[in-house]
Amino acid sequence: MTTAAEIAARAERDDIRKRWLLSTPALVIIFLAGIGPLLVVVLYSFLTPGPYGDVKWEFSTDAWVGVFLQRDIFDDTLGIADAHLSIFLRSVRLSFATTILTLLFGFPTAYFIATRPERTQALWLFVITIPFWTNLLIRTFAVQEVIRNEGILNTALIWLGVTSTPIQILYTDWAIGIGMVYVYLPLMVLPLYASMEKLDFRLVEAGYDLYATRFQVLRRIIIPLVKPGIIAGSILVFIPSLGAYVTPRVLGGGKQMMLGNLIELQFGAGRNWPLGAALALTLTVIVTVALLFYVRYAAHSEQRHG
Amino acid sequence: MARSNFAIKRQPGFATIAIFCFALLYLPIVTLVVYAFNEGNSVAIWQGFSLRWFRQAWNNQQVLEASIRSVQIASVAAVVATIAATMAALATTRTKPYRGLTFKYAFINQPLMIPEIVTAVALLIVFARIKVATGYSGLGYLIAAHTAFCIPFAYLPIRARLESMDLTLETAAADLYATPWKTFTRITLPLLWPGIIAGLMLAFVISLDDVVITEFVKSGGQDTLPTYMLGQLRRVVTPEMNAISTVFLLISILIVTLFFFISRRRT
Repeated sequence: MTTAAEIAARAERDDIRKRWLLSTPALVIIFLAGIGPLLVVVLYSFLTPGPYGDVKWEFSTDAWVGVFLQRDIFDDTLGIADAHLSIFLRSVRLSFATTILTLLFGFPTAYFIATRPERTQALWLFVITIPFWTNLLIRTFAVQEVIRNEGILNTALIWLGVTSTPIQILYTDWAIGIGMVYVYLPLMVLPLYASMEKLDFRLVEAGYDLYATRFQVLRRIIIPLVKPGIIAGSILVFIPSLGAYVTPRVLGGGKQMMLGNLIELQFGAGRNWPLGAALALTLTVIVTVALLFYVRYAAHSEQRHG
Repeated sequence: MARSNFAIKRQPGFATIAIFCFALLYLPIVTLVVYAFNEGNSVAIWQGFSLRWFRQAWNNQQVLEASIRSVQIASVAAVVATIAATMAALATTRTKPYRGLTFKYAFINQPLMIPEIVTAVALLIVFARIKVATGYSGLGYLIAAHTAFCIPFAYLPIRARLESMDLTLETAAADLYATPWKTFTRITLPLLWPGIIAGLMLAFVISLDDVVITEFVKSGGQDTLPTYMLGQLRRVVTPEMNAISTVFLLISILIVTLFFFISRRRT
């Protein structure tokens, strides 16, 4: 005798089995060309570099030591790897600067969109997403044309009499910073807009009724209410900035490297694949920590606000 | 009484900054497009209107081959990714939470969470070994890589669409003795179609735009349009690059606009 409960339980088991079968193609593809190779990177980071690239199958922790330290050629003592450290610091510094600048520009922009009449909001959003969906390389190239010595920015500055000779912006940290702010601004605006759209303006009105100034309303009411959007936008900008490769390559001209370029270097001219692997994993860990921080924050604030 | 005219939503200077941002966002793109039509060799000094750079790009064999290769890879990758994503979306929505569901979410979204440069070097390592072992160095590697990172992008709109559909129609069909397959092809699929098309287009654009992973995975002579352009940026840039970019931009904007209209047409 089978009871109704047993039949229901079997139906549920069948349903779950069917759901696993359905998800298999996606899981297999992502494993083969995503997670699997990532595990190989972990393995490679513990091997010895081969003479012409690739690896020798000998266990070694040199790559991990080499992420921040370097062995002195003469007396074999360990010291801080200045070159790596300065690239790490530049990456973090530029990513922070990018995050803060996109926030300073993105906040008013998102607020502006969120306070438009409902009909035009979609249009403004569309205007901000178009550049986001167009090719990153083309956008970087467009920035390059604007800031190069004979570009329109310098032409305008000379015409205005600000400077008599072109200011060298291209191939400096400034160029990378400008490029990243330009490229990642939509990533800041979109989550900010999402939380501002839900903003209850009765609270703002209440603030004014209690004689708050515009700045007090902004600082004490609006900013605390859209904090989830600020955090989400900052994470969304910070993570790709830290791993940026195209923007520093095109605008930094190979002289001003960021982490992404340092990693590439180890697989190219550097011929140190294990070090490249260890650096890539270091970047992954930093990004994952930032993401986990965000997930925990998001879960926490959801709990609080229901 | 002044109260009724008091704009509570206004913040001083915000509109100015916003307009400034919009202007800055479009200034480089507009400049890029304008100089594509420049008569002269410069991307900064205007010397009259001409279509010569579009003609030159059109007659550039490398550009043509790279464009065809880009479209080939994007088409195959987008179709395969969309099929896999549709199946995965069906498997992960409209259900009670079951064991492994969170795992599936994390797995499917993995390509979004790992920096592209890391995936790129990981694939370089693995594919280099496979190339040596099998001797095969065709487009298969690029297609596999693109398919993997396109899946989460195709998955998002399909899942969103599915979550807005309830199960009543499917239940009704089952009550009327429709087989599960018939219910799927006659009810679920037609309703899900806008989501699938949106996912397909998103995946196509994402594949078409990819630079980093392609740059590391490609074998010799397998340039796509973005990697070809990346290589050219090292040299002296002529408005030919602007012309290529303009056409590329136009195609992307067209697809994105279509995507917008399709995904806005909700139930």
